[in-house]
Amino acid sequence: MDAHSAAPGHDDAHHPSPAMYGKIAIVLFILTFFEVAAYEVGHRPAAILHSVVEPIVVPILLVLSAAKFALVAMFYMHLKQDSKLFSNLFVWPIVLAAALILGLIVLIRLWHAATF
Amino acid sequence: MAQAATATAEMSPADEHHWTSTGLDSRKIAIWGFIGSECLFFASLISTYLVYKGKSLVGPLPHTESQCMLHGKMQTCEAIFETPLVTAGTAVLLFSSFFVVLALYHAQKGNRAKLLGWLGATVMCGLFFVSMQVYEFTHFYHKGMGYSTNLFSTTFFTLTGFHGSHVTLGVIWLSTVLFLAARGKLPPEKSLNLELAALYWHFVDVVWIVIFPVVYLMR
Repeated sequence: MDAHSAAPGHDDAHHPSPAMYGKIAIVLFILTFFEVAAYEVGHRPAAILHSVVEPIVVPILLVLSAAKFALVAMFYMHLKQDSKLFSNLFVWPIVLAAALILGLIVLIRLWHAATF
Repeated sequence: MAQAATATAEMSPADEHHWTSTGLDSRKIAIWGFIGSECLFFASLISTYLVYKGKSLVGPLPHTESQCMLHGKMQTCEAIFETPLVTAGTAVLLFSSFFVVLALYHAQKGNRAKLLGWLGATVMCGLFFVSMQVYEFTHFYHKGMGYSTNLFSTTFFTLTGFHGSHVTLGVIWLSTVLFLAARGKLPPEKSLNLELAALYWHFVDVVWIVIFPVVYLMR
């Protein structure tokens, strides 16, 4: 074990193996394929399952995007194995960022509805 | 005082760590704090894009035909987005995250040849993505979409342009680490230097994971 990995709160020995990284990469690729497939099926009236997928394209994209985000953060950024402090430094700003996006959209829509 | 001076003199550069009272390296806490602040930066750009989505009065528009000013006269413009190209860029960026994590693994194991190979592949992927974006922006400009053409173009170029500049910065950072590694200046005990760059690179990747569906796939 090198000096770096011997540091407290930093345990490289528990980082995933290259095989695990490869599996995550394949899953990420498949999820991206499903994203594009959902977009294509949802916006082409002639496509099979168009009527089923079309109303739920946005939720599908949001769920798949969140899954990809979580996989990269947990395994590639090592948040699953590293100190919880790093998770807190990342997750709370994301919660704040999501609140900012939702809050701003709602605020502008309310203002728009009241003004026009 | 004398003891501290002796301890510093005995410490080789490779043993220099920046421990804090948390027991964690200060540089790693700093990069996570920076990444946290960047989340809010990109949230403001994404929310601005979403707030103005569908509010453009003239084209070109991302997914539908529209009336736009081209060569000095109003004419019908086709939808401007080309999803296959951006999907390829997205896939390459995702794979670059895989490559850099393998580079870090081999840096920690002291396997210099594989470290150089995977890190070189990561830099190439980054360059591909930046080239894709430069091509896309140029293509949009030639199709009549400048920075201030409409609300869509302004918010789109601002959001994706800032992301592209982050990718460019990441390529420069990773290239610097690659240069150091090629000169044998990245031994396993200094792999944190690569880990910090890799964390930044992964962040750039996760931001694109959000931008890609929000901008290119949601109508």
